[in-house]
Amino acid sequence: MASHLSIESSNQGPHRKVRLLELRADIPAGLYFVAGASFIGAFILIWLILTALELVLPMFLPGPKSVWLEFVRQIREGILLQDTGASLYRITLGWLVSTLLALPIGILMGNFRFFEGLFEPFIDLVRYMPAVAFVPLTILWTGVGDGQKILILFIGTFFQEVLMIMDNVKGVPREMIEVSSTFGLSRWEILYHVILRYALPGIWDTFRITLGWAWTYLVVAELVAANVGLGYRIMRAQRFLQTESIILGILIIGLLGLFTDMAFKAAYKRMFRWMDRKG
Amino acid sequence: MTEPMLEMKNIWVKFTPAHRPEVVAVEDASITVQENEFVSLIGPSGCGKSTLLRAAAGLEQPSSGIIKVQGQTVDRPGADRGMVFQAYTLFPWLTVKENIQFALKKTALTSAEKEDRVQQYIRLIGLEGFENSFPNQLSGGMRQRVAIARALVYRPKILLMDEPFGALDAQTRLLMQELLLEVWEKQRSTVLFVTHDVEEAILLSDRILVMTTLPGKIKSEINIDIPRPRRLVEMETSIPFAAYKKQLLELVREEARKSFGYQVSSGVA
Ligand SMILES: Nc1ncnc2c1ncn2[C@@H]1O[C@H](COP(=O)(O)OP(=O)(O)O)[C@@H](O)[C@H]1O
Ligand SMILES: [Mg+2]
Repeated sequence: MASHLSIESSNQGPHRKVRLLELRADIPAGLYFVAGASFIGAFILIWLILTALELVLPMFLPGPKSVWLEFVRQIREGILLQDTGASLYRITLGWLVSTLLALPIGILMGNFRFFEGLFEPFIDLVRYMPAVAFVPLTILWTGVGDGQKILILFIGTFFQEVLMIMDNVKGVPREMIEVSSTFGLSRWEILYHVILRYALPGIWDTFRITLGWAWTYLVVAELVAANVGLGYRIMRAQRFLQTESIILGILIIGLLGLFTDMAFKAAYKRMFRWMDRKG
Repeated sequence: MTEPMLEMKNIWVKFTPAHRPEVVAVEDASITVQENEFVSLIGPSGCGKSTLLRAAAGLEQPSSGIIKVQGQTVDRPGADRGMVFQAYTLFPWLTVKENIQFALKKTALTSAEKEDRVQQYIRLIGLEGFENSFPNQLSGGMRQRVAIARALVYRPKILLMDEPFGALDAQTRLLMQELLLEVWEKQRSTVLFVTHDVEEAILLSDRILVMTTLPGKIKSEINIDIPRPRRLVEMETSIPFAAYKKQLLELVREEARKSFGYQVSSGVA
């Protein structure tokens, strides 16, 4: 600890050395950001060079410019907004249904061994079944509407989400629960005031992670029997070899996923200030 | 003589873990703690001290035996018995003040009275100025002080403590022992205290119960006739202290050696 501190204070001077390869050492926040931005920048630069020098056929990898033009076209024709709206609607609903069920079931499983024994074997079985394989079945069951897409997103996220919430709830130290019972609190009061409060940050993180999975299942959900949506646009573009449309779709999904992730992280920081007050 | 504060009669606690043989953790233990008495339970680690204390708290179901608090049979946790664990059990999302106040949730006090009471106990443990700190801004010793205040604030009939200073460094541990001694002498209450530290037990207790190695039985009982108020430094260098220490160390080491499975030929110094 002491030597750590002295390194930090000697680093306060004007000629401070930044040790990039020191194990677990901190680096200035600015550098952290610049490094991340330059990597993305370098990636785009290589893309530019490869396409500008026609080292790769445009059919396989179109340049940034044609992707941009495709973006402008899709905006102008209203396609992009329509696709994004449809996809957002499906993701939100699929994730919400999954979460609204996973939350109570996960809480039950984490607190009562009976419910863990009841559900876990079934969930373990289903969660290894590939969601893609359910596409034909879901069409048979629910037709080709939004319900089918939502069902696929549900199948892709629910079974993992339940188990993660169960683990979040199980993370509450036993002594903390026991000490609460000596204050005269009932089981339900302990569940509400102690267990859920303690597990909430973890559960929130589970929400964020599962929403991320929902984004990755979007293309699967919109694989067949769709006529609008970001995933659908990608599948269709493949048929007509519109590579720039595929890349645009991938980028949009990536960015939307990133934004939702950032929103969840920002909310986490606001809600759970007590978490990062490390002494 | 009035009813004892805590009475445990012929307590047996057995564990039957899956795929492993049954463990008899406590065998036929009987304990009585009188009002305002400070009683310690010592013994080698793994001998069933925590299990017996947890049974008193209602956190472990004895396979047989009776537990009474002021004559009333108890079989589950309740606000008549406060508990302090070795592990940190403060709620990390609540401030010091809110943590202590949480224990008053089920009392009939008005919010002004609660406020008063919390402030009184913050003063008692010497944490004025830290009311609005969160637990992870506090040192280990400060956290345990808050845990003690939280267990005292709702005035349970008996305070059960399971090696509350076990996770602290030696320096802090001494300070905490002094603090507990002072708090207890200022404001008497009934305490059953588990430790494996003989000096700690002598310093604090009116009476010490020594447990045997597994299955835990009460092996002997020793009254500590050292007048109060006690002061740590004076006491630890006094002749009666040394005599008690020798007696207790012999008792505990004899048991520890049994479970260790190794016979040391020479006696204990
Ligand atoms: N929940 C449990 N299941 C099985 N065995 C247990 C359980 N709790 C304690 N034991 C066993 O009971 C014995 C006494 O444990 P404990 O009361 O914690 O000892 P101490 O507090 O004196 O160190 C130990 O052998 C321990 O392994
Ligand atoms: Mg113990």
